[in-house]
Amino acid sequence: MKMTPMSQIFHKILVFLSLLAATLAHAQLSVEITGAGANRIPVAIANFAGDPAAAQVVTATIRADLERSGLFKLVDPGGTTLDENAQVNFGDWKGRGADALAAGSLARGANGRMEARFRLYDTQKQAALGGAVYVTGNDQLRAAGHRIADYIYEKLTGEKGVFSTRIAYVVKSGGQFKLQIADADGQGAATALTSNEPIISPVWSPDGSRLAYVSFEKKKPVIYVHSLASGQRQVVANFKGSNSAPAWSPDGRRLAVVLSKDGNSQIYVVNADGTGVQRLTQSAGIDTEPRYSPDGGSIYFTSDRGGSPQIYRMSASGGDVQRVTFEGSYNVSPRPSSDGKSLAFVARRDGRFQLAVMDLASKQVQILTDSNKDESPSFAPNSRMVLIATEIGGRGVLSAVSSDGRIKQRLSIAAGDVREPAWGPFNQ
Amino acid sequence: MKKLLIPALLSALIVGCSSTPVDETSGAPVDSRSGSGVAPVTAGGLDSRGLPRELTDPKSVLSQRSIYFDLDKYEVKDEYKDLVAAHAKYLVANKGFKVLIQGNTDERGSREYNLSLGQKRSDAVKRSLTLLGAREDQVESVSLGEEKPKNPGHDEAAWAENRRADILYKAPDGRGEF
Repeated sequence: MKMTPMSQIFHKILVFLSLLAATLAHAQLSVEITGAGANRIPVAIANFAGDPAAAQVVTATIRADLERSGLFKLVDPGGTTLDENAQVNFGDWKGRGADALAAGSLARGANGRMEARFRLYDTQKQAALGGAVYVTGNDQLRAAGHRIADYIYEKLTGEKGVFSTRIAYVVKSGGQFKLQIADADGQGAATALTSNEPIISPVWSPDGSRLAYVSFEKKKPVIYVHSLASGQRQVVANFKGSNSAPAWSPDGRRLAVVLSKDGNSQIYVVNADGTGVQRLTQSAGIDTEPRYSPDGGSIYFTSDRGGSPQIYRMSASGGDVQRVTFEGSYNVSPRPSSDGKSLAFVARRDGRFQLAVMDLASKQVQILTDSNKDESPSFAPNSRMVLIATEIGGRGVLSAVSSDGRIKQRLSIAAGDVREPAWGPFNQ
Repeated sequence: MKKLLIPALLSALIVGCSSTPVDETSGAPVDSRSGSGVAPVTAGGLDSRGLPRELTDPKSVLSQRSIYFDLDKYEVKDEYKDLVAAHAKYLVANKGFKVLIQGNTDERGSREYNLSLGQKRSDAVKRSLTLLGAREDQVESVSLGEEKPKNPGHDEAAWAENRRADILYKAPDGRGEF
């Protein structure tokens, strides 16, 4: 193809690829809690001992994580500093209302790296529940705090914590689009892609090393797979017509995609390098938004083959299609949870688009929000929280909602609209 | 560089100032074209993107590139049939030209489902063009879904402007709008 002289290009497409580690985000994602759980566990995090600056960062991170989860009530430690070996006055802490207490310290080890040590105590049983040491670099103190918060969360709730996970999302600001990755608490945002054209449908590979997404930089929707560490990316589907809605198979080797190359939008499967396209659906309508079940045996998808957009399930090889949603005339964007028990989706009720969750065993549906424009749900890997994009006061923001609807957090950026969230997997 | 297939009567005719400069010392008046009461017309030639002016001059029907759709509708309305026919006629007469048809929806609902609905609109326009003689490889239909609204508003008037298919042209030498 003949190269068009740069000066003659009417619409210049500028696409910058930046290394994840090296980029500072221009805008910070801020998180506010707007709803909490019913029976929060009261827990006290004592000030950790040792290196004061490091201890401050780690302790603050632990407290913010537990508070934000909506499952804990932070009990004021009253300025008390306690390391992991200190004698604990259990009666005293019980008296302050704490069911659990964490104590710890930060110190530089022999090899110069910072070591975060802690113990978690049950004030009722008057015993230690456990503890650990995390070795970390100086710029990874928040990561150590997140690991400790995960440990506390898991010990006290029985579920895995997601404080050490990351989220991806798209920011639209001043005519530019940025695909960003941040920690689950919104901190440490870095830009993976900047473009003058829209980016939609980012999805994490199961091992967390890559994102697949749809970019409009070529004036049409094209699917890319993008390696986060290197910034390298390749086109995975650019057939004639539109290419969209990528979804990773649980083994990370293939992507279910939607192509219009053979007529209407249908679901196909392709290898992660773009080879080996195979068609999976055969309907006269629109089939889109495929998502694999966690065991890889089924694919949930949106289809209007029955006259209105509803959610269906088929086998991963394409047969045995069953309808899943029956209430209302518009149910889209199916997202199965990792534990296989729930399906999040978007339901339009009375013209309002709202986050819904179906219990797959009972088929009961619960509407979790009272909003108007919810879209693009994404389950946390512990199956407890769902991230959605929504609109508040005319601005695009993200909202994290617990699967029972009680806990709510809002994530927003001062100077832009946030949309298209994707919650990353547990660290491998 | 490949020859552009421009209809014969649209060869570059530019009416402008080309008088020989007069030596001022001779005292004769300098002939000036400005304010002479004649409006300059540029016929033919290429615009800054390398497309024939027939495709971009507001006076030409071919500069009209948008076909609008009613809510939940995906067929070309009668009022746009003549416009589509004009574009088909151009493509039949200029076999080296290609078009990209981008289908769009209003903002309501799932982005990916809207991408597919926009595709139905661009497919409808493509079907009309090929039925009227455009070649299959001259026309690609794609969708932008709700992602590139013409009108960023959130009311019925804005939504009506966004339910549309746009036609983009590319000349045989690869220059153009996509």
